[in-house]
Amino acid sequence: MNPHQLVFWILSVIAIGGALGVILSRNPVASVLFLIVTFFAVSGHYILLNAQFLAIVNIIVYAGAIMVLFLYVIMLMNLNGDVEPQKSKLLQFAGIISGGILFLVLLAAFKTTQLSTTPINASTSIGLISELGQVLFTRFVFPFEISSILFLSAMVGAVVIGKKD
Amino acid sequence: MLSVLLNSPANTTINYLPIVIQLVVAIGFVAFMMSVTHLLGPKRRTSDKLANFESGIESVGNARQPMAIKYFLVAILFVLFDVEVIFFYPYAVNFKALGKEGFLAVLMFVAFFLVGFIYIRKRGALDWEE
Amino acid sequence: MLLLSIDWSFIIEKLILISVILGASLGVATYATWGERKVAAWMQDRKGPSRAGPFGLLQPIADGIKLFFKEEIIPNDANRFLFILGPSLAMLTACMASAVVPWGPSIELESGRVIALQVADINIGILYVFGVVSVGVYGIMLGGWASNNKYSLMGSVRAASQAISYELAMGISLIALLMMTGTLSLAEIVNQQHGFWENGWFTWNVAKQPLGFIIFLVCAFAELNRAPFDLPEAESELVAGYHTEYSSMKLGFYLFAEYVNLFISSAILITLFFGGYNFPFMDQVAGSVSPVVFSIICVLVLLTKTIMMILFFMFIRWTIPRFRYDQLMNLGWKSLIPLALVNMLITGAIIIWVLN
Repeated sequence: MNPHQLVFWILSVIAIGGALGVILSRNPVASVLFLIVTFFAVSGHYILLNAQFLAIVNIIVYAGAIMVLFLYVIMLMNLNGDVEPQKSKLLQFAGIISGGILFLVLLAAFKTTQLSTTPINASTSIGLISELGQVLFTRFVFPFEISSILFLSAMVGAVVIGKKD
Repeated sequence: MLSVLLNSPANTTINYLPIVIQLVVAIGFVAFMMSVTHLLGPKRRTSDKLANFESGIESVGNARQPMAIKYFLVAILFVLFDVEVIFFYPYAVNFKALGKEGFLAVLMFVAFFLVGFIYIRKRGALDWEE
Repeated sequence: MLLLSIDWSFIIEKLILISVILGASLGVATYATWGERKVAAWMQDRKGPSRAGPFGLLQPIADGIKLFFKEEIIPNDANRFLFILGPSLAMLTACMASAVVPWGPSIELESGRVIALQVADINIGILYVFGVVSVGVYGIMLGGWASNNKYSLMGSVRAASQAISYELAMGISLIALLMMTGTLSLAEIVNQQHGFWENGWFTWNVAKQPLGFIIFLVCAFAELNRAPFDLPEAESELVAGYHTEYSSMKLGFYLFAEYVNLFISSAILITLFFGGYNFPFMDQVAGSVSPVVFSIICVLVLLTKTIMMILFFMFIRWTIPRFRYDQLMNLGWKSLIPLALVNMLITGAIIIWVLN
């Protein structure tokens, strides 16, 4: 086992452990923290693949922006025990059924996937910021512009919902 | 394998090893200080001392309360703008190579950005005075 | 086999460098508290700390020891784990940002080994700093929320809103600079600012991007929660804000982290805009002294510039009164973001159509 693989396994254990923590912890704030841990481990994986820009964007956008938003939502909620909505038995049952179906679908998809046997070359430079920018602004410039329209619609949506009064 | 990679330029995975070392050192420092200070100070706990501070008045309820929606709106807009700003970084690095075409593409992107920004301002999402 | 394949001398070299940098930033942070009190005293025609040692120089050490021996109070209603995690995270993120700052040129030893005076030269250096800054919000947010105190909650929510708002303007203001440098690596940005004067103009970026620098500086004030933007800990309205309930070294960590951040951000500001360790006539100096001495001179130059920057932060703090929250948000969203965007577009247009 070379150092590369060792780091890979350590990061994988952290990522999966963090993901389990997200769904198993009872305190929503702890869930958010576990999710942040998972993002960091995934960023570590990106760095192992030499996708440096993706790694740091994952931290800035997911761990630094979206998770702050999640924390806000949790702080916005009334977290006192006595007012926590009681989930009905029917809802719990529906949750189990839908979750189980999703699991089956994932399992089926996983069974039919052809796992690639070509190793991903860590010395590739396609994930570096300059190469990425070169591709993004020449070959993929149209999707890039489309994404700005997506942002625009998201902004309108946020303001419409947030300023409803 | 590691020693071969050590003298490579600043674009390989191995450049991140020192950051991991620094993280470990920093975690060790913080954990050490936290435990030392936990052991050193006196411990004389009284119920008054362990109550939350509210300017000396008996506190009403607790701080698990909803907050103004404005903060929430700012956080949502921040996420959107943050992703847009991230897009500028690969452009800035390649700015000279991309030339006029690249600049016009970014100009269009910024135009959409500004349309959204002006809409937000006009709807008063950024007003705090009211 | 695994242990043999690791270059241990490299790891030991980095460990020493990291320890020195962390020790130095903690030392500077400790004495920045002394400096702040002296500056405040000087500006208000007082003496400031003067009892402990000559000029009160032992005061920060006495303060540190006092914080260690204070009783540690965790309120009954607080969430214990998060209450401890908050200040720890604040300190941890403060310690992490220094990893990409180039403190001096590399030293080449006689054995041919090159020792870099930078912990990690990564080609996304600036984005790394932004990553650390964006994670830094959690320390304050978690601490304030875990205290279960209304003042702390208000303080932490304000702090988080302020930090994320100014992060945007900060990011955009840097784009214009990066368009000129074409790299995100801090080591390369410093190299491009070599010397002081070249081709009839200053080499330092502040002369090329004055507006970008001012926007970045204002955002740095806000990110550091320093006056005039110290609303998260506004004593008169929020009773110290997010650290109302904190005592002992946990309070010390919050205060300390702020000063470590002040030091590191000043160093980054100097690196980006004021030429880092470069100084006028450095080539002549390099020719007349040995490389090791030259590197030490460079480090001292960077430290001097950084301390001047810290002093500037302090002068501002004791000059300008605190903003109101709506003024703060208006400045960030309605002025700085459009201004930074315009700066970016004008820079791009000038480079493409005028200089080319």
